[in-house]
Amino acid sequence: MKKIFLTAFLILASLQLSSQDLLDILELEAPVTENIVSATFKGTRIVNGHSIKNRKDSELEFIISHRFGRVNTGFEELFGLDQANIRFAFEYGLSDNLTAGIGRSSFEKTYDGYLKYSLLKQKTGANSFPFAVSLFGSIAAKSQKAIAGNERTLAESLFYVGQVLIAKKVNSSFSIQVTPTYVHRNLATTDADPHDIFALGVGSRIKLSKRVSLNAEYYQQFQKLESINTRNSLAFGIDIESGGHVFQIILSNTITMVEKSFITETTGNFFGGDIHLGFNLSRTF
Amino acid sequence: MKILYAFFVCLFLVSFTNAQERFLTKKGMISFFSETPIENIEAQNNQVLSIVDASSGKMAIAILMKSFMFKKALMQEHFNENYVESDKYPKATFKGDIIDFDNITTSEITLAIKGNLTIHGKTKEITIEAVTKKTDEVIEMTGNFFINLSDFDVKIPSVVKNNISEKIKVSFRLYHKTYKK
Repeated sequence: MKKIFLTAFLILASLQLSSQDLLDILELEAPVTENIVSATFKGTRIVNGHSIKNRKDSELEFIISHRFGRVNTGFEELFGLDQANIRFAFEYGLSDNLTAGIGRSSFEKTYDGYLKYSLLKQKTGANSFPFAVSLFGSIAAKSQKAIAGNERTLAESLFYVGQVLIAKKVNSSFSIQVTPTYVHRNLATTDADPHDIFALGVGSRIKLSKRVSLNAEYYQQFQKLESINTRNSLAFGIDIESGGHVFQIILSNTITMVEKSFITETTGNFFGGDIHLGFNLSRTF
Repeated sequence: MKILYAFFVCLFLVSFTNAQERFLTKKGMISFFSETPIENIEAQNNQVLSIVDASSGKMAIAILMKSFMFKKALMQEHFNENYVESDKYPKATFKGDIIDFDNITTSEITLAIKGNLTIHGKTKEITIEAVTKKTDEVIEMTGNFFINLSDFDVKIPSVVKNNISEKIKVSFRLYHKTYKK
């Protein structure tokens, strides 16, 4: 009798198995796929500094950025709007993992070029990996004529920046990036100024709605220029996305948009009202 | 007692044959197409899972949204991030019945399929038509149908209203093979 019950149980169990929901079978049969985490940041910049976001293969982006003067200059200067630093830039995806960019800022008539390489990607599913790593290198050349007697050679006008971008999309609405940075200047204004400055950047993105996010960014310097009274760069931005555009509205204590400048040459005191309004407008082709 | 045994053996055999009458594909193709005067948008997914139970005429489809491939990578990112919210709703599913499945033959005939389609967490009952044929090893189904984005709560922002069609054409080609556990 026991045997019969056992057989009955087994058969019923197998029946049960055979009549299981078809969708459940598909669930079982689904291969474990590798899933690369995307949209950690929406723009190639968190605010001023680069994010791990790369342009995709053969994608060309044109970016116009403005930083106005300080808000606390008052009504006569229309809260800084009379003065503006403008940067035009092209960014191009040489491959999905390698982006090149060139730009020109009106501030100190600076030309800059960069390469950004996506080394490791954050992944879920098969071969999961907890964060993404990109390498960034840029060269900036100051082309503004020096005052007589202080002429520079081309080499003396060059600045180099190297960064390791380490980013994690914690969940669909929060991403964070840590950015160890090295800045080298060929020419130091005074002997007291260091040629090499190390800094650590921290940036984050909080999604406010499907197409709007709030970004924040801070760069802590470990050495500082002595010839000018520099401060650490602090910036907040709102990303608004629409189709092929990302529009960023920015409040920061720096007027510059090139890494070597805003990381090591920022002088504004954010909480003293030295705030520059700015925007980044990009169009992808 | 012997009768009881025989009964269970029969039951077992029935359940066994049932299991053998399933047809599955892991490489089904589903594509969609949005046509507007400004631009056409299309994406294709070649990793669709689909199963047909030939004993009951029931079928089920599971579609991983992130497996839809677009020509422009940025479009793909927007699709997943802003439109279908793939992190929240990773899959679209369909579960339904093939009406008059017994009529299926080795030559192509059109059959209706009625069932529930779930996209973006919203479910809608649909009836579609598919050209089908069946051999001992294969059940083939192809066809296309239209869906309305508003039925699945997929919102189009006003700035791109002219770029994305409200009616989306969905095409499918499912080549099921005998499924063995």
